[in-house]
Parts: sequence; C-alpha cells; structure tokens
Amino acid sequence: MSEGIGASVTRKEDKKFLTGKGRYTDDINRPGQTHAYFVRSDVAHANIKSIDTKAASSADGVVAVYTGEDVVADGIGGPICGWVVPCRDGSATKEPPHPILANGKVRYVGDHVAVVIAETLAQAKSAAELVEVEYEELPAVVDLEKASSATEIHKEVPDNCYFDWELGDEASTDKALKSASRVVKLTVRNNRLVPNAMEPRAALAEYDDISESYTLHTTSQNPQLTRLVIAAFMFQIPESKLRVVAPDVGGGFGSKIYVYAEEAVCTWASKKINRPIKWTADRTQAFLSDAHGRDHINNVQLALDDNNKIVGLRVDTICNLGSYLSAFAVSVPTYLHGTLLSGVYDIPAIYTNVKGMATTTAPVDAYRGAGRPEATYLLERTMDAAAREIGMDPTEFRRLNFIPKDAFPYQTQVALQYDTGDYEPQLDKAMEMIDYKNFETRRSEAAKRGMYRGIGVSTYIEACGIAPSAVAGALGSRVGLYESASVRVDPTGTITVFTGAHSHGQGHATTFAQIVSEKLGVPLANVDLIHGDSEKNSFGMGTYGSRSLAVGGAALVKALDKVIEKSKKIAAHLMEASVEDVEFKEGKFAVAGTDKEKAFGEIALAAYVPHNYPHETLEPGLEESAFYDPLNFTYPSGAHIAEVEVDPATGVVKVVDWAACDDFGNLINPMIVEGQVHGGIAQGIGQALLEDAHYDENGQLLTASYMDYCMPRADDLPSFKVGYTNTPCTHNDLGVKGCGEAGAIASPPAIINAIIDALSPLGVTDMSMPATPQKVWKAIQDSQSIAAE
Amino acid sequence: MGDISLTINGKVETHDVGDNTLLVDFIREKAGLTGTHIGCDTSQCGACVVHLDGVSVKACTILAAQAAGSEVTTIEGIGSSDSLHPMQEAFQENHGLQCGFCTPGMVMSAIELVSKNKNASEKEIRDGLEGNICRCTGYHNIVKSVKAGAEKMGV
Ligand code: FES
Ligand code: FES
Repeated sequence: MSEGIGASVTRKEDKKFLTGKGRYTDDINRPGQTHAYFVRSDVAHANIKSIDTKAASSADGVVAVYTGEDVVADGIGGPICGWVVPCRDGSATKEPPHPILANGKVRYVGDHVAVVIAETLAQAKSAAELVEVEYEELPAVVDLEKASSATEIHKEVPDNCYFDWELGDEASTDKALKSASRVVKLTVRNNRLVPNAMEPRAALAEYDDISESYTLHTTSQNPQLTRLVIAAFMFQIPESKLRVVAPDVGGGFGSKIYVYAEEAVCTWASKKINRPIKWTADRTQAFLSDAHGRDHINNVQLALDDNNKIVGLRVDTICNLGSYLSAFAVSVPTYLHGTLLSGVYDIPAIYTNVKGMATTTAPVDAYRGAGRPEATYLLERTMDAAAREIGMDPTEFRRLNFIPKDAFPYQTQVALQYDTGDYEPQLDKAMEMIDYKNFETRRSEAAKRGMYRGIGVSTYIEACGIAPSAVAGALGSRVGLYESASVRVDPTGTITVFTGAHSHGQGHATTFAQIVSEKLGVPLANVDLIHGDSEKNSFGMGTYGSRSLAVGGAALVKALDKVIEKSKKIAAHLMEASVEDVEFKEGKFAVAGTDKEKAFGEIALAAYVPHNYPHETLEPGLEESAFYDPLNFTYPSGAHIAEVEVDPATGVVKVVDWAACDDFGNLINPMIVEGQVHGGIAQGIGQALLEDAHYDENGQLLTASYMDYCMPRADDLPSFKVGYTNTPCTHNDLGVKGCGEAGAIASPPAIINAIIDALSPLGVTDMSMPATPQKVWKAIQDSQSIAAE
Repeated sequence: MGDISLTINGKVETHDVGDNTLLVDFIREKAGLTGTHIGCDTSQCGACVVHLDGVSVKACTILAAQAAGSEVTTIEGIGSSDSLHPMQEAFQENHGLQCGFCTPGMVMSAIELVSKNKNASEKEIRDGLEGNICRCTGYHNIVKSVKAGAEKMGV
C-alpha cells in the first residue's frame, strides 16, 4: 500500500500517546525546580490600593513573591498586539498596555496580581492566600451593548472602544437595501466560548547563569513567535538568549497561540531566583485566564430583488474583546470575519462595520475558526430566515444565489478573491448523504412519537492558509505569515524534516512524512519530523488558521524540490550523464533512454562521502531549506446538513444525523482529515447546544468549571457522515486548502436552522445559541401561549 | 503523614506523602508515571482514569492513602510499544486520538467498559464514556475504536 499522498496511513505519533509516553510540559521536571502560583483578582474592576506580601514571603517554603512593581522595576513589558486595524475616523486601534502583573489596576476576574514561588505547589498555594490586596472597586463592564457608555476601563480607550472599523461600500450597499423588493433583518448573537484544550496551559522556565540564557517549555501553538515576542518585545534581550520549546501540546484550538502573562512571569522570575520554575494551570485558572472566543452581536440586513437574488448585505457588529487586547484579537472580528461575508454567494454590494469593545472580562481572541464561524453563522441564519420569508426551500434559495462555477476566480466585495470552488455538487452530495428528499417522511414519523424533527443546512466558505505576507501586512498584521521547512537527508537516505508549523493533535509527523514519502519515494518509517523547538527549527509562524499544510506543507514541497534538484546533479555526475537527461521517479534517478539508475540512498551517500563528486560545481551534503509565502488564502467550502429531534416535554435537542460534504482540495491523509472534520463539528455542536461562557453583572465568571460549562460528551453527539468534493487549490503545489476549522465553522448554523425548522410548525422563527433545553422548552411554551391567544 | 505503599503496574511504590495527596499526584509526581493526566479540578474530565484493583477510577477523586496496599494499573501498565494492548491498537487503527491528552484515560475507561459489556452498542459505548471528555476527536472515532477494541480483546 502506498504511504504517500492520499493514503490513510495510521499515525506515526500515536504509539507514544497510547502508551503514556507523550511528553507534555507538565510532565517535564527539572532538578531544583520551584512552583509558581498566581494571586488573581477576585474582582472584575478595581484600583489596587495596596498589596501586602510580607506574610506570604515568610511563609513555609516560599522562595519569592513578586508583584507588578517588580516587573516595572525590571523594565519588563507586556505582550504585544500582533494585528491592528485603522478606524473609520482615521485613528488607529487603541492599544492599552497589558502588564504581566497588574500595575495599579485589575480589569477582570482572574487578572494576575502577584506570583508566589515556593518549593512545592502546595506551599505556593497556601502562601498565596496570605497575600493581602486592598481594592478600590470600580463598576464592572459586562454588558456588551452598554459597554460604550459604561465606566472607562483603560484611559487609552475612550468609550471602551478599541476600534471602529469598516469594510465594503456603504453607499452602494445602502442603496441596494433601499431599492430592494425585500430586506430580511436578523440580529444574532455568537455566544462566548472557552476553547478548553484538554491540556491546561503550563510553563517550565529555567535560567542558565553561565550562558546567560533562558529556556522556556510551554504549551504553545507557535513557540518561535513566543520566543520573538518575549525576547525582543517584553524582555528586550538578545533573541538567541531565549530558547522556547513547545513539546507535546494537548490541543490548542487557538487558545495557545498567544503569549500569556504566566509564561513570561515564570521566565523572568527564573533568572531572579536562579532556579527552574514550573507553573501549570488548574482548570479553574484556565477558564478564568485563557483567551475566550466569539462573543459577537451582529445586526444583519439582506436585500433581495424580485427574483429572490441577493442584491446587498449590511452587517453591523459589536464584539467583545475583553479587558486587554490579546495578540490577534483585532484580526478575528475584522479581516477574518468581515472578509467572509460574501460566503458562497454572489453578492454585488456588501458593507460591514465592526466595533471592538473593551469589557471587564477575560481577553477574547481566536478560537477554532476565528471570525469565520461568526460570519458563517450570521449569513447562514439569515439565508434560512430569507428562504422562510419568501417560502422557498432553503437549499433552492442557496442554489439560486451560489457563485456559479464558471465565475472563478471570483472577486468578492469584501477584499478576497476566491481562486476556485464549485458549490452545487457539495450541496447535492450532502443532501444525498442525509436523504434530504425523504425528510418529510421522517418528520411525520417523528411527529407520531411526539417529537419535532427538523433539518438544517449550512453552506460555508472559509479563508485558510493564513496568509500572503504582503496582504496580511496591508491589512494590519505585524508579522509575515509565510512558513519554513528544512529537509535534512542523512548519508544513508533517512530524512529529518524541520518545520515551523506545530502539531498539537493534527498529525503532522504523519502527514508531512507522507509528502516526503511521495516526493522522494522513501518509506514513511525513514522520515522523522522535528517541530516546536526554537533551538532546532528555523523561525516559523506556527499552527492556526488551518495553515500547516497549505503553507507549511507547501514550504516542505519547495525544500524537497531543492533536494531533488541537487540530487539530480549528483546523479548526473555519478552516471556521467547531463542533468537534463536525469529523471527522478519512484525513488530512483535514471538516465532517460538507458538502463542506468541510482537509488535515492546512493545519491545521499555520495553527497556525504563525496569521493566521486562534482566538487567544482556542487557543495557536498544534502540538506535544503525553504520559506514559502502563500500567494492567496485558500478557500475550503462545503455543505453541512444537520437533522435534529426536539422533545417538547423537556426541550432537549438531539442531533440524530449529520452529513458533511467538504471541499478541502487534495487530501494527504483522508483518515486524519476526517478526524479533523469530526472534531470541528463536535465543537460547533457544543457551541450551538451546550457551551456558554457567562459572566454575572459583577463580572464573575459563573461558568468556570466543567460542572457549569457544558462540554460536549460522547453521549451528546451522533456519528457523522463525511464526504468530499475536490477543486484543488490553484496556487500551492499540493492543491490543498486546509481542513482544521471547517467543522466548527459550518456546524452551528446547521443545528440552529434545524431546530427552527423543527419548531416551525409552532411558529418559532428564532433561537439563540446555545439552544439549551430550558430555552427550547420556553420557546415551545411561548409559541403555544401565543397560539392560544 | 508517612510512607504509603501501593503497587503500580506490578511494581511496589513506597513514598512519603502528605495526607491530602491525591492518587493522581502520587502516580505522576512520586512514581513518575506521567501518562496519567490531569485535565480538570472537579472530577469531570476522566483524563486521570486508572484501574484500582481492576476497577476504573478517576485518580483525582481519591487520596493516595485510600489506595494504600492496592494494585494500580496505569496506561503504562497495559501494553508496550512493541506489544500494544488490543484497545491501544484499536485506537491507533481507528484514529481514536489526536492530541493524545485524553487518550490514556479514555483507553483505561474503554477497557473496563468492554470487559463489562463485550457487545456494547454504540449507545452503550457513548453512555459509558460519558465521564471522559475529549476536545479533539468529536468521539466518532473513539466509539469506533472501542468497538474494534472489544472485538480484538475477544472478551
Ligand atoms: S483530572 Fe480527574 S477527572 Fe479531570
Ligand atoms: S485527543 Fe485531544 S482531547 Fe482527546
């Protein structure tokens, strides 16, 4: 069986995880290691009048206690904002300071006030209780809609508005709305979520006073970027004096992209006490201080003409970015959201305004899909609302408005140019997979059992493979978004790949090896992958935005091409042929038209034992690097259809069937891709039915544990039907688009549309996320009492 | 407190621990077996599941002292890299894991689940794994793995 591109080979990384040999940050210990525990604010918003650390400092086992004053004294800066946008009035995004230990003020429950470092974690914890903080409380700012008129949180952020941004043509959109024969209006809220990777964040920092350098093991999706930010921006030390390693990382989903206060504090303090410091979040701390996701309110107006064609779309959004601007917080609701508003539809006029607001809640940033789930949710909900209003089948209404397949490349009205796609076949296939045409029979059958059955469609698009550096830069990104790869061939032909991408569940060790196996004709077992260590890997941008394969994989192909090119020259020399005549196929270099050939391993050996070698023209060795900067985003798309049953007695929604047909371009390992789809759908179902991060009016997070924040469990979910169509990406060599976020983007509107469809006989036309039993039950009761009146 | 002895994967582990030391911390910190994970602080996630005298327990819910004298089996004790336990094999073959963090607890729960109910249906498997949270896989392939594991174990 082939082990190359397209083969569902089992994962190379599995054995270590299955046997308990995974090495996550918290599994690593160092001699002489101390433990850190953070004193966190228990109030949402307050001036700090005083902090008394005396009792804590002299408690049993305590090595040191530090506060914001110590951080300031050492000139340590806070994490920076990686992306900013211009405001409508021409002003810049407001970027307030983000101290790693509070500097005179706390701005959310969980904000870091002090750190206690002790011999044992238990000692650090009990000493932390002795730190006395006197607060002068200020009003909490929790209600997103009222944030602009609430108490100021940062003096640098007037009206608690970080930015007020727009995209598209307002005049032509408003004109389209005015002259339309129908305007469908909808307000939706994208509920606030906590990413909840199962491995809580952790850090192990140490300082070597001989080499004067730090080593930080941390739970990061992009260790190289973490190194750059901490060394150059926060500590202002030579970058070479900080090594950052992200060993095995237990899921990220966006929440492990950013540099967090804890890892910076531990690194800084490890020099001060000249001992290693370990910190691991417990789940409560993770809930309080991991960056949250989503939290938008979107006002949508969709204009239709007499033929039910869409003629305009206006979306006014306010989004909650929390107490500080996390690294990519600004990009999520703007360029990762506003640019996707055309969806898979041909929309001639689009305008969007987004206000990014500060509140006294945890920072909000990217969570699986980041901006694209919000865009898809508002659009797909509105598509269904429109279809209902005009009495059309929602699939027919979508088809009528799809971008036709001969319109590619398609320039949207919101900056992006889709290179390729074909939306009808994926909808056809999903409908077939779920047996859409016989749905009404199933609805009646369910009705006989007293259940309301509904079906809901979502046809989505996303922009992945983030991103062409020049475009990203023009849109406000402060980093380029290329990726790096190196291929080191050993004398015997075994291979090590170094990538700037980082795997925390995605299976890169397997997928990247499959690419190598395909290109070089070597067995999978001969290929190893190294990632996540700034000492070993070239600078790279890490993994998020479904970019590893589309950008990192493309970089790998470029490096492999260089290896092949050089190998051909060596082969030509060995076989006394001209390079042009050397062909490389199935792991062998052959001279065209002859039976002369050399195996890849022979070439590798000649490169390192160069007794017979073209020294005049070629250096020995076989090791090549490449940096790949994508030419465009990639545009995965698809159709997801959910079928649900609602129990009117309890309001419980059961997802009974699911069909997903996605176009990810070419697939390297279909088994892994399918797993990504499953996981994404599960998170989307979680958002739609179960999950909700909720602060009370005093800014206390009421959902700070798995007792209160409802994670999807095995018995909440069905098995999924997954299928594909394929229009290969036109601008990377692999023809791949990325698949990591699709499920989470597509699924929430499919479920909510299905619930509304189920309850439509009762006249229910709206449902907010999460559609908890209580909410659904109430909607049923309300509809019945209206009917009774 | 003083020394506590228990047998982990056939090896006697005797360590001096505090009386509030949890079994999971004993396993990770004292015995150095880091395959057993900690994913929450409310006994909800199942990342810490081990077998205690043959019965699956969340190792974060009991004290090391309560386990004194018992036989504990952790993920490290059920198979090795050359000879995986059939359930471990089934997880690999069916892509029942992604980041691997929930995996040890999931596998330990799965083994007990199928040894109690060898013909578990999909619904029974899903109900049986209710105490184990996985954020990555959406459970689809875990359920498949457990079914395949049951067959392989021939229980
Ligand atoms: S750590 Fe034991 S159940 Fe979560
Ligand atoms: S595999 Fe990552 S939590 Fe289950």
